[in-house]
Amino acid sequence: MSVELGHFAIILAFVLALAMALLGLGSRNRLLAGSALVLPFLVVGQFVFSALAFGLLMLAFAEDNFSVRYVAQHSNSLLPTAYKLSATWGGHEGSFLLWVLIMAGWMLAVSLRSAHLPQQFRHNVIGVMALMNVGFLAFLIFTSNPFARNVPFVPTDGADLNPLLQDFGLIIHPPMLYTGYVGFSVAFAFAIAALISGRLDTAWARWSRPWTNTAWAFLTVGIALGSWWAYYELGWGGWWFWDPVENASFMPWLAGTALVHSLAATEKRGVFKSWTLLLAIVAFSLSLLGAFIVRSGVLTSVHAFAVDPERGVFILTFLLLVVGGSFTLYGVRAWQLKSRSVFTWFSRDSFILQNNIIFVVALAVVLLGTLLPLGYEGVTGDKLSVGKPYFNLFFVPLMLLLSALLVMAPLLNWKRTDAQRLRERLRWPLLIAGVVGVAASITLLDGFNVPRIAAVIAVVLAAGITASHVFDLGRKLRQGHRPSLGYAGMFVAHLGFAMSVTGVALTVELSSEKDLAMSPGTEVEQYGRTIRFVSVEEAQGPNYVAQVGHFVVHEDGRDIALQPEKRRYAAGGNLMTEAAIDAGFFRDIYISLGEPIEAGGWAVRVHIKPFVRWIWFGAVIMALGGGLAILDRRYQRVRIRSSVPAGMAGAA
Amino acid sequence: MNRMSFFVPLAIFIVIISVGFVGFRLGDRDVLPSPLIGKPFPGFSAPRLEREDVLVDQSVLTGRPLLVNVWATWCPTCKAEHAFLETLKQREGLEIVGIVYKDDPAAAQRWLDLYGDPYSFNLQDRDGRLGVELGVYGAPESFLLDAAGNIVYKRVGDVNERVWAEELAPRLQQMQSTHREAAGS
Repeated sequence: MSVELGHFAIILAFVLALAMALLGLGSRNRLLAGSALVLPFLVVGQFVFSALAFGLLMLAFAEDNFSVRYVAQHSNSLLPTAYKLSATWGGHEGSFLLWVLIMAGWMLAVSLRSAHLPQQFRHNVIGVMALMNVGFLAFLIFTSNPFARNVPFVPTDGADLNPLLQDFGLIIHPPMLYTGYVGFSVAFAFAIAALISGRLDTAWARWSRPWTNTAWAFLTVGIALGSWWAYYELGWGGWWFWDPVENASFMPWLAGTALVHSLAATEKRGVFKSWTLLLAIVAFSLSLLGAFIVRSGVLTSVHAFAVDPERGVFILTFLLLVVGGSFTLYGVRAWQLKSRSVFTWFSRDSFILQNNIIFVVALAVVLLGTLLPLGYEGVTGDKLSVGKPYFNLFFVPLMLLLSALLVMAPLLNWKRTDAQRLRERLRWPLLIAGVVGVAASITLLDGFNVPRIAAVIAVVLAAGITASHVFDLGRKLRQGHRPSLGYAGMFVAHLGFAMSVTGVALTVELSSEKDLAMSPGTEVEQYGRTIRFVSVEEAQGPNYVAQVGHFVVHEDGRDIALQPEKRRYAAGGNLMTEAAIDAGFFRDIYISLGEPIEAGGWAVRVHIKPFVRWIWFGAVIMALGGGLAILDRRYQRVRIRSSVPAGMAGAA
Repeated sequence: MNRMSFFVPLAIFIVIISVGFVGFRLGDRDVLPSPLIGKPFPGFSAPRLEREDVLVDQSVLTGRPLLVNVWATWCPTCKAEHAFLETLKQREGLEIVGIVYKDDPAAAQRWLDLYGDPYSFNLQDRDGRLGVELGVYGAPESFLLDAAGNIVYKRVGDVNERVWAEELAPRLQQMQSTHREAAGS
């Protein structure tokens, strides 16, 4: 019964979304104008019904209700309860229900916090978002219904959740990622509403900034979680694979990062108006493209669970309508935007422009690297693999250039910066970067090794970024300025970026990765550490049997015990490699157990990875910066002022 | 700026989407082009599952059309496919030869005792070397061979009623008719 109730709830949410799209976008029509006032109630209703549906699906998992096909496919009675609940979004249908719920959540948040916006504009924003959710809900109901039953034959037990997903990282990765993806729909809706209403001033930029920062911060954390998960769970020690599914989340991030910066310029200086609008459309379009890539199975990959042409056609059509429609609207309207502004080469405006150029080029590189193999296969029928060398060839120089610009970024003024003053402000940061450079060159350089040189440059630039930001903050404090939270957000996010850059450079260059054949009782030396393979024993888990390897790593006079596992899951018979990691701030020791080989030996993978954590810490700090910027007084004031006329706006 | 230049994003999008569309149309994952189609089954020397001491080579696969099925006990889809292979053997009289792929022979034997044995015989490929020769993506995969031992068709994933009706049966029929013509002339 509760299953049918859930099914009914998503249908109701769909009907409400349809009504909201109609009322919100048609609110200029005199007949609909009055009814548009009910929009906030419909938004609440949509959220309640989506949450109800999600809760009921979760209940079906908790109760092992295998009469529901989706539950039977993704759960098993042996599964630990936490994983039963998280299995709710462990497959295609459920994760799309989560997507819809998050969309409804964003709409609720926008509806609650938009009382200060002009009424017409607010209705349009809700209307655009509702129209998107109509598409998502239709997709859910017509092609991916999570409440479909297994009748007449109810399986006695479920097929089990993919063991790769039976993990903490993957419980929180999709919600974070989706919150980011879907969050870009807010900036998108603001942009479209601005285009529709012809309110092409910079107000929309100011309104959408906190939303965009929030979405960006979630996406940043989501991507970092995915990378971290791949590192410890996939068993081969990599943290980024340029896999199409990773790229699918990275592309909106690149566009979103450009957007976060250009929104600042548009809001503060009124420059790049049409460009910022375009970026807002592009960031959300890439989120939809991401959904298309992952959900249609167009690109095969370890992550793509769903291979179903019907779904692919649906999403492709939806993508075509939404993106094609937005770009057409942009083409028709955006020329009216005129940015009159003069700025010099060394100005914050110019550097934001350069930041945007770099991010858009990076985006084009990833887009090409992801779609080109597809196009090539379409034309020739052969498969083409675009791998790491291609991406590295472009990304390393691009990111170094970006870092070099970022050293100067905090020291610049809007419009123009006095050259003399810039030189003075750069003196200390450059000196510190120079010292770090000498030290890094002595310890790291070996001959003419290009990747190594690039890594040293990256470390030097990261030091320069940190120094210039810290000195800038110091100067502001000395001069008696109290930096705003917006400034603090930028400060923290940029330092996070420097940290990630350092982590990437050092991990890539200094990691020692060995694949060895070892037998229990033997030892191996690596990076001044002794790794002893003690034994392999069998162990019983809740829903798997494991071969557990016992290793002892001797490091700096202390012993670290590590137990990598090879698991065989009972329900699916899947084999899983569970790596053992001794995590440290400056280095990770990573051991995974490969296949058994002759004479009781095992293939063992031993990695020492310096600074690998910095990649993810850096990303989390970046996201924190985005979060800080949202709390800036400028946005708070808007909210406080708006709390009074909220009712009046409704009555007007 | 020229007014038309604001349509550039739309133009770029149309290009991308057409590429995506072409790729999508050809994206039917059932048709993984295999360079082995039309070529003889690769040479090998492998022990039989039933009698480890007997090494056999590719010649055991010639003389009559047959289906070579790559399977393993660790593969859930193989389990799902198993019953249908039994049906194929009973109903259609198709000869099926198994390749036990990266698996423990004792486990494989237990599996056959437990779920029935549709195979004429099985070959062992413990280290997956034959799998590499065959370009195996993952079990199950099946190869349809003609009487001369040439690979006529490759299926990645399970063999089911649809694959039988649309892919296997017509090809077998064609083989028989060519065979008859050859015999008649």
